[in-house]
Amino acid sequence: MAETKELVLLNYWVSPYGMRCRIALAEKRVEYEHKEEDMMEKSPLLLQSNPVHKKIPVLVHGGKPVCESLVIVQYVDEAWPDRAPLLPVDAYGRAQARFWADFVDKKIFECGTKLWRLKKEAQGEAKKEFTEGLKLLEGELGEKKYFGGDAFGFVDIALVPLMAWFRTYESFGGFIAETEAPKLVAWGKRCMERESVAMSLPDPDKVYELACLIRKMFGLE
Amino acid sequence: MDQPPSSVKLLGSWADSHTHRVQLALKLKGLEFEYQEEDFINPSPALLLHNPVYKKVPALLHGGRSIVESVVILQYIDETWTDNPIMPADPFERAVIRFWCHFTDDKLAPAVGLVFSSSGEGQKAAVDQVHENLKLLERELKDGAFKGRRFFGGDKIGLLDIVLGCGSYWLAVFEEVMEVKLIDPESFPVFHAWLRDFEEQQEVKETIPAIDRLLEYARGIRQMMLSLSNSSSSSINNAAASSG
Repeated sequence: MAETKELVLLNYWVSPYGMRCRIALAEKRVEYEHKEEDMMEKSPLLLQSNPVHKKIPVLVHGGKPVCESLVIVQYVDEAWPDRAPLLPVDAYGRAQARFWADFVDKKIFECGTKLWRLKKEAQGEAKKEFTEGLKLLEGELGEKKYFGGDAFGFVDIALVPLMAWFRTYESFGGFIAETEAPKLVAWGKRCMERESVAMSLPDPDKVYELACLIRKMFGLE
Repeated sequence: MDQPPSSVKLLGSWADSHTHRVQLALKLKGLEFEYQEEDFINPSPALLLHNPVYKKVPALLHGGRSIVESVVILQYIDETWTDNPIMPADPFERAVIRFWCHFTDDKLAPAVGLVFSSSGEGQKAAVDQVHENLKLLERELKDGAFKGRRFFGGDKIGLLDIVLGCGSYWLAVFEEVMEVKLIDPESFPVFHAWLRDFEEQQEVKETIPAIDRLLEYARGIRQMMLSLSNSSSSSINNAAASSG
């Protein structure tokens, strides 16, 4: 049975991908050990659990590693099927959820990373893709409470770490979230009212501080 | 619950590996479907309607709704028509399959594409990258999660076989067109054996276009790419000559 095996999440506090896993585990009310990794010196457990990418997050369950945040979230949903379903029951709903979660990966977090990691001149298409991505997501959300409708689910989990990173993307991307995506900002606030989200997202100011530090280290300032 | 296989339509392109993935899955499930060929350069109004976000093939139309992105479509097919499952039942095994599908699309496929679209040093780096990626798959087949299996799905083809297999034929095509060594059987014996087994399956033979057509297609695109880069460098030479 899923409960009796040892469960460890290898994570780094600022990773939006790690935040997704924490939220999913919290929604399922599953106990686990949270292990903070040092990005400058990755642990032997991390290197052996994710030899292909050597990246966090990794969920190690009974000694077996699951890698990649959206794979982990689906795994958590399927390993604890008796509570808090994270994906819709019907195949079409699931397809839509997977589509939009993948969209969030490509258009929000991959683009967002370019906004803070690159100088303005090198950002290129990233800002355009990012803001267009926000608009498409706003369209998809519409007037719903969550992306999944009344129930908080997969797409919400995929996107909500944005709330910890918005300030950083805004500063280096040169836009204002409230102007570009007011519905998402409101949705984000609703999500933050959930315990699972509030406990899993770090302070956006601390994220911003770290981003500034990394930029200085790489001579981007 | 199983759906009657009523009106399933696939918008695809004949040389597109993602389209082949969906065609193969539908065949393995024994499903009838209507096929509409789409032009990469000029997407039809239907494609723009059914895939407004990416405007690309494949798009599966079923029950008045559209599903896009090949790995999403494959899972939809598996969850809608539950006979002959292509995904394992165990959550951990499903996670392993999903991980390697991502790997195929995020790492291996772009590296293979880069071999095709680059030249000189850039191409050499891309070839090395393909080898690195194939090594990881070889290791997983030989000693890892898929050890001892005929296919990634076990005794029968599964979702990862479909995802990797529909696209791996480009390795042989690019080897010939680009004159590079991508998948030599000595370096990747287990992967090579898997691919031969995969390509021998009846449904696969019915899905993947004849190698001659693929070769001709690849040569055509490569020619076009080379002539585009030649004409831009010759205009640079002309400009330099006239100002010098």
